[in-house]
Parts: sequence; C-alpha cells; structure tokens
Amino acid sequence: MSFINNLRDKFRRAPRPARERLGDTLFRIIAFLAAATIVLIIALLVIQLFRGAIPSIREFGAGFLSSTEWDPGNDLYGAWPFIYGTLVSSLLALLMAVPLSLGIAIFLSQFAPRWLRSPLGFIVELLAAIPSVVYGLWGIFVLAPFLGETVEPFFSGHLGSIPIFAGPVYGVGLFSAAVVLAVMILPTISAISRESMLNVPRDLKEAAQALGATPWETIRMSVLPLARPGIIGAVILGLGRALGETMAVTMVIGNRPEASASIFAPAYTIASVIANEFAEVTAGLHMAALIELALILLAITLLLNLLARLLVQQTGARAARGKDKRA
Amino acid sequence: MNNGFNRRRRNAISGLAYLLCVLATIIALIPLMLILFYVISQGAPALNLDFLTQLPKPVGETGGGMGNAIVGSLMLIGIAAVVGLPLGVLAGTYLAEFRSPRLSWTVRLLADILSGVPSIIIGVFVYTLLVLTMKHFSALAGGVALAILMLPTVARTTEEMLRMVPDTLREASLALGIPRWRTIVSIIIKTAGGGIITGIMLALARIAGETAPLLFTALSSRTWPTGLDKPVASLPVQIYTYAISPYEDWHQQAWAGSLVLVIMVLLLSVGSKLYFGRKMRSVR
Repeated sequence: MSFINNLRDKFRRAPRPARERLGDTLFRIIAFLAAATIVLIIALLVIQLFRGAIPSIREFGAGFLSSTEWDPGNDLYGAWPFIYGTLVSSLLALLMAVPLSLGIAIFLSQFAPRWLRSPLGFIVELLAAIPSVVYGLWGIFVLAPFLGETVEPFFSGHLGSIPIFAGPVYGVGLFSAAVVLAVMILPTISAISRESMLNVPRDLKEAAQALGATPWETIRMSVLPLARPGIIGAVILGLGRALGETMAVTMVIGNRPEASASIFAPAYTIASVIANEFAEVTAGLHMAALIELALILLAITLLLNLLARLLVQQTGARAARGKDKRA
Repeated sequence: MNNGFNRRRRNAISGLAYLLCVLATIIALIPLMLILFYVISQGAPALNLDFLTQLPKPVGETGGGMGNAIVGSLMLIGIAAVVGLPLGVLAGTYLAEFRSPRLSWTVRLLADILSGVPSIIIGVFVYTLLVLTMKHFSALAGGVALAILMLPTVARTTEEMLRMVPDTLREASLALGIPRWRTIVSIIIKTAGGGIITGIMLALARIAGETAPLLFTALSSRTWPTGLDKPVASLPVQIYTYAISPYEDWHQQAWAGSLVLVIMVLLLSVGSKLYFGRKMRSVR
C-alpha cells in the first residue's frame, strides 16, 4: 500500500479525471465523518453527563462522594453506599474469577489437547453471549436461594465472629451479586489472557523445555512473565465490565443503600440505583444526583479501560517485536 | 547425584498445576450448564404459540404472552441496525483504508473505550440527549442507544477484516485505473464481506440482550408498538419486569421469555461463527 502511495505522490501532478477525484474526495469525507462520530459521541457523553450533574455538584460539592445519606424524600443525596457496593461487589467477583480464568486460559493455551481447544473455547465464549437479564433471572430464583440456604449459613455459623461474615443472611446481597458477576466476567478475562499466552513466541517455550523444565515450569518461567501485561489488561477489562454491570446485579444485590461490613448484607451499586430510580424522576436535584453517579461510574470505567487497552496493546507489540528479531 | 527425588517433586508440582487448570475449567462450565438447564426446563413448559403471538394479560388472568415485546425487540434492533451499521462500517473503512496515523490511533482508542462504557450510562446519555429534548420516551431513543452500543464493535471488526485483504488486490485494482473509492466499495469490502457480516451478527446478538439502556429510553408498553415516537416493549425489559414482580405466573413467563431470548442470541452468535468458520476454510 505504501508503495502505491509513494507512486501517487510522485505522479501527483499527473492529470486525473475530475469525476474520479470528486468520487474519492467525497468517499473520504463520508468515511471521515463516520469515524469522527465516535469521537463526537465520547465528547458529547462527557459534556451531557457533566451538564446534567451540575445542580448536584453545586449543592453537595466533594461531600457527595463521602456522604452516606440517600434520602429522596428530603432531597439529600450521598454517593458513598453506592460507590462502596460497586467496588466491593466487583472486587469480590475478581477474587473468584481471576484464579479460575487463569486456570482456563493456561489449560486452553498450553495443556489441552489440540482437538479439545476450540470446542472448549467456544463453550466458554457462550457464557459471554448469554444476556445479563437471564443471569439475573437465574440469580434471583436459583443462585441466591441456594447460597442463602447453604453457603452463607455455613460461613456465618462458623466464622460469624469475623465482621465480614457476620449478621443475618438473606440470600440476596453483596456475596450473591459477586458470584453472578464472577460468572459473567470469567469469559472476558479468560479469552484475553489466553490470547496473550498464545502470543508468547514458541522458541522461548522450547528453550525452557530444552533446559529440562517441566510443563508447569515452562509456563511459569517463560509464558506467564511475557503474557503478564496482557493478563493484567484482561483483569482490568473484566473489572470494568463488573463495575458497570447493571441488570444481574440489580436483581440479586438486595438494593439497600447501606455500606455494611458483612458480605452477606444487602447493598446497592451505582448502576443499580440508576436503573431503579432514573425512570421515575423527572427533574430536580434527585435526577442531577443520579447523573452525577453516572458521571463517577463513567470516570472510573474510562480510566480503567484506557489503562487496560494500553497494556494489552503493549503485549501485542512486544510479541510482534519478538517475531521480528527472529526473522 | 541426588536429583531423582528433586525431579519427581518437580514433576508432581507440574501435575498438580495441570489438575488445578482442569478443575478450573470444569468449575467454569458448571454455571453455564446450570443456566442453560434452568432456562430450558423452566421456560419450555410455558412456551407456546400464544406466548409468541399474544399481548400480555392483566395481573390475575392467566395466559397471554410477550408477542408485543418480541416485535418491539425486533423493531429496536432494526432501528439500531439502520443507524449503527452504515456508521460502523464506514468508520471501520476509514480506519483501515485512509491511514492518517494520529487520527486513526485516536479513533481506534476511543472506539475501544466506548465499547467499555457501561450500557446503563449510554442509556442515561441518550435520555439526556433525546428523551429530554423530545419530551417523551420513544422507540427511536431506544434504538439510538443500541446503535451507540454496537458502533464500536462494528467499526473495529470491519477494520480488522479489511486489513486482512491482501494489498496486491488493492494495487491490482488501482493499476487498472479504477478510482480508489470504487476499489474500496466493490473490491475490498466485497472481499472482506463474510468477516464483516460475522462481526455485524455478533454485534446484533449483543444488543439483542441489552436491558439497561432501554429502561429509560424505550421504556416499556403493554400494547403493540404503534410508532417510532412511542414507548415500546422489548423482550429483555419485559423479562426484567416480570422477574422482579411478585406473581408466580409472571415468573413462568419470564423464564419462557428468557428461553426465546437465549435462542435468538445464540442463533445469531453461534450461526455467525459457524458461517465465518466455513468462510475462512474456503479462503484457505
């Protein structure tokens, strides 16, 4: 392609039919406008949310982030219970999903026999295709009752003296939400980590094997270190997905704006409170507070995504460099 | 040398790691099996022709269906496709074919970031942009929200597919004196067509199951869709409403609705993958 471009530059003064030039210019402009739409959407998104949040920012200032009061009746709004619920449910989900996803990624990229790799990968990807409202439905009627009757009483019975397991169990709550989230982000994390493990140049693995390393030592010493930025990127992308997940969480987290220490207590997330209350308010401080919550969530996810993309790009680039060196 | 024991220990550790990885894979498959099992076993008994074609009945009356929600969902997906597909394909074309390094890098990064924005935030955005200015909830607003969600996916897959077309094809076409835009439209995009269609189907599968961005854009309705500027029911929102209701027969309907939705989504995503797989083999 650059060859053609060079030729074009060289013969730029050569006459070309006017119609051809017009067609090219028009097409270029149309395609440019389409690409610019993406930039425009992001810009508008930030501007619109910021504008909508102004009344709330003026009224509560920085105290909005730390206040625990959420009382639409008295027009008092604080974001802390929601920020807490969002962060804790997502981090708990990561705690469960990351080891499992890495296990799957290692198995699918290194251990599994070749004939098993693509069908298994395909089945894990199916998990990603199931709509979140279906996860939520399964969460309320199957998972939450199950956890509330078996797992949660066990922990609160034996370890109830530790604050995070204390208190009554309801089934719905932070823990159930975290389990559903873990299932939902598992395909994201495992697919991207598998990709970056597959990107590790083959000769590095063969070098380790030639030195007498066992399969696991090969993975630990040559695959994992090189794939690390990609794996971290995958985890961050999974975290981003968990933070913004709405329906499944709304259906199992119990929707109570309280930041309690127990992981079995009902809680609330930013996305859930927006889903529950946004359609019912029409204007005023309540809406501005909800939009400010959306703005906070947007800021968190934008930063995380930016970080993750840069890390994933970095592994891709490094793998490409490795290949160049060999050539 | 005392290496025999050491070697055995290292092999044992390696074997343990292998077992743990197998175990992780099996544990991950359990929820998938459970979800599919429950959706089928709970949903299938409530699924019948009435469910697919009838309007919902008022609380207390048995029977009725989600016909309006199914039509509404198709309508929303249609609007999203009309708005989002041309934009996405053209943006992808720009990224692949007109390479101005800095702008392409920015657009690509922003597209990736946009695909990571939680869908509920897109809902709030479209609410402030369209619902507040038009002063009512509408199918159009819902469709636009879905279009924004599919835009980055379509753009990025189009770009990747176009990049896979060998440069020799472009050079051959240009050398024949065919203008650049004709080369792109009738040769490059046509060659990459199968891959682009796969990407489009995956994007459609994703937005078909989206609930959060519709809650306060398309809202919901208990009648048949009447127009683009009216609130419209959709399958995911209907499932959500029924699931959190206190009525037993609504729960049944929510399971049946989930079965329909899962079949729709899986047909789109599995179908596109099989189609693409065959396409790739035939290219090779």
